[in-house]
Amino acid sequence: MTTADSISERKSDSSDFFHKPPSGRTQRFIEKGAEIIFLLCALISIAAVVIICVYIFAGGIPAIAEIGLFDFLGGQRWKPYNEPAEYGIFPMILGSLYVTGGAVAVGVPVGLLTAIFMARFCPAPLYKILKPMINLLAGIPSIVYGLFGMIVIVPIVRTLAGGDGNCIFTAALLLGMMILPTIIGLSETAIRSVPESYYEGAVALGATHERAVATVVFPAAKSGILAGVILGIGRAVGETMAVIMVAGNQARMPKGLFAGVRTLTANIVTEMGDAGGLHYDALVATAVVLFGFILLLNLCFSVLTNKKPKEGKSK
Amino acid sequence: MTMTGFRFDMKTYKKHPLSFLFMLLAWLAAALTAAVFIAVVGYVLIKGIPQLKPSLFAWNYTTDNVSMMPAIITTIEMVGISLLIAAPLGICCSVYLTEYAKRGNKIVKAVRLTAETLQGIPSIVYGLFGMLCFVTSLKWGYSLLAGCFTVSIMILPLIMRSTEEALKSVPDSYREGSYGLGAGKLRTVFKIVIPSAGNGILAGIILAIGRIIGETAALMYTAGTVAQLPENVFMSGRTLSIHMYQLSREGLHTDDAAATAVILLITVFALNGLAEYIAKKLDKNKL
Repeated sequence: MTTADSISERKSDSSDFFHKPPSGRTQRFIEKGAEIIFLLCALISIAAVVIICVYIFAGGIPAIAEIGLFDFLGGQRWKPYNEPAEYGIFPMILGSLYVTGGAVAVGVPVGLLTAIFMARFCPAPLYKILKPMINLLAGIPSIVYGLFGMIVIVPIVRTLAGGDGNCIFTAALLLGMMILPTIIGLSETAIRSVPESYYEGAVALGATHERAVATVVFPAAKSGILAGVILGIGRAVGETMAVIMVAGNQARMPKGLFAGVRTLTANIVTEMGDAGGLHYDALVATAVVLFGFILLLNLCFSVLTNKKPKEGKSK
Repeated sequence: MTMTGFRFDMKTYKKHPLSFLFMLLAWLAAALTAAVFIAVVGYVLIKGIPQLKPSLFAWNYTTDNVSMMPAIITTIEMVGISLLIAAPLGICCSVYLTEYAKRGNKIVKAVRLTAETLQGIPSIVYGLFGMLCFVTSLKWGYSLLAGCFTVSIMILPLIMRSTEEALKSVPDSYREGSYGLGAGKLRTVFKIVIPSAGNGILAGIILAIGRIIGETAALMYTAGTVAQLPENVFMSGRTLSIHMYQLSREGLHTDDAAATAVILLITVFALNGLAEYIAKKLDKNKL
């Protein structure tokens, strides 16, 4: 009650209508009005999604129509400054897929094993250090990751693999690091929410601690873990600043692990500043494709997280 | 809980080499994660701290002295205005969801779904939307205000979710007590529920501040990249993150970019710590 007291002290002089008894027409009118205001605020997020969709799709779809869907998605040449200009974003789609795939290959195994470690192996004193570290890892701005990639990873890759170091490999490595906290956070929660009886049952049947964790607890948490991985993929696909600082950004078909590449996000950022006409619209259309990817991932995510846990699923 | 699994029994491991391998891998992965953190933070600090000089905090930005002071002030303005827009909206939205809406309400479902969608949208898409909507359609040009509106939409789901959790954690007995004493719904919400959930709401807002400070892609084409301090909200200005990106891109100022990164990192870490501290205080009050 102390909080309530202090608040009523603070507010008592300012608002008179708060003190009227909860009866009478004005009171009902105010209550109803407040409810409507709250409802309107609640509708803001729906409105925001609708408006964003309208703007992005209205800007992008005419451009896709003008370029031709197949030429746009399947075209292998992005030459907006040529005469006639060519707007094929296939290289960027591939670029995004490769970089994201690489990030998954780096981030998912390390992330999942770390999540298992955090939930089932970590001694308490170590947990107190490691957990805040992972939380802070999630808070580091992507631009700082980008700087780290630029001044640390790029020179190392340049020395070891040749080329100029701005390549798929570097971008994938950096993104793999960046999606770690997302994957670890969600997977750890999922693993912890598996009933203790699963683990105890496995150990009672003679499994070692590791075996019980790997073959019983981990599979039982799989929908939560998958949700974490999907969220991580979403983060990797949508990441912009860190990627443009290390991926090279050449708008051509990817030529290998150690060649430069441009992602969909990088395509938008690098050319948005000085684009006009159809070029500008083609960039918005790039965002439509990116948006499509993200909506698809979101759909998977909400299907996974909203699925009701099945009863008696013991294996 | 955390200690349950920690045993080190060499005899068992000799009999089960796969188990031993798995344990090793788990430790190795955790070590790698810690190494990533130490490498990123350590390298930025080592590289950046020696570059911090008083001249970087001069009031004016010039091409010779790429001072970050205008960017810092712009960032603070940006955070202030964005919170002014997003915080009331987010809090009111959560109030509706937790206090007013009935269970299984279709609107609630739609709001949750859209909030989830908003959270997944990449910041560059927000940036593009802000450019199309605020900069071009509303003719605000590259301006602080366009940037503020763009990031406001971005942080809205963050504030909504943390507020909702905070409101849910307020025991029903508080509300019942308030109604029992004759208070109306509105009064109960503003005088009992929101104040009791204050810490949780605050923690969410602080995390949102961290998000705004770290944001780059959404602001490049909405708030613009002008290095000087904007005189009013309809002028372009760069936040600290954009300042850092511009410095690192030009190639001449990588050292100054690292110095800016130090300031960014310290700010974001401090905000995270603060949010955690406040949330912890909340837990103690509850138990």
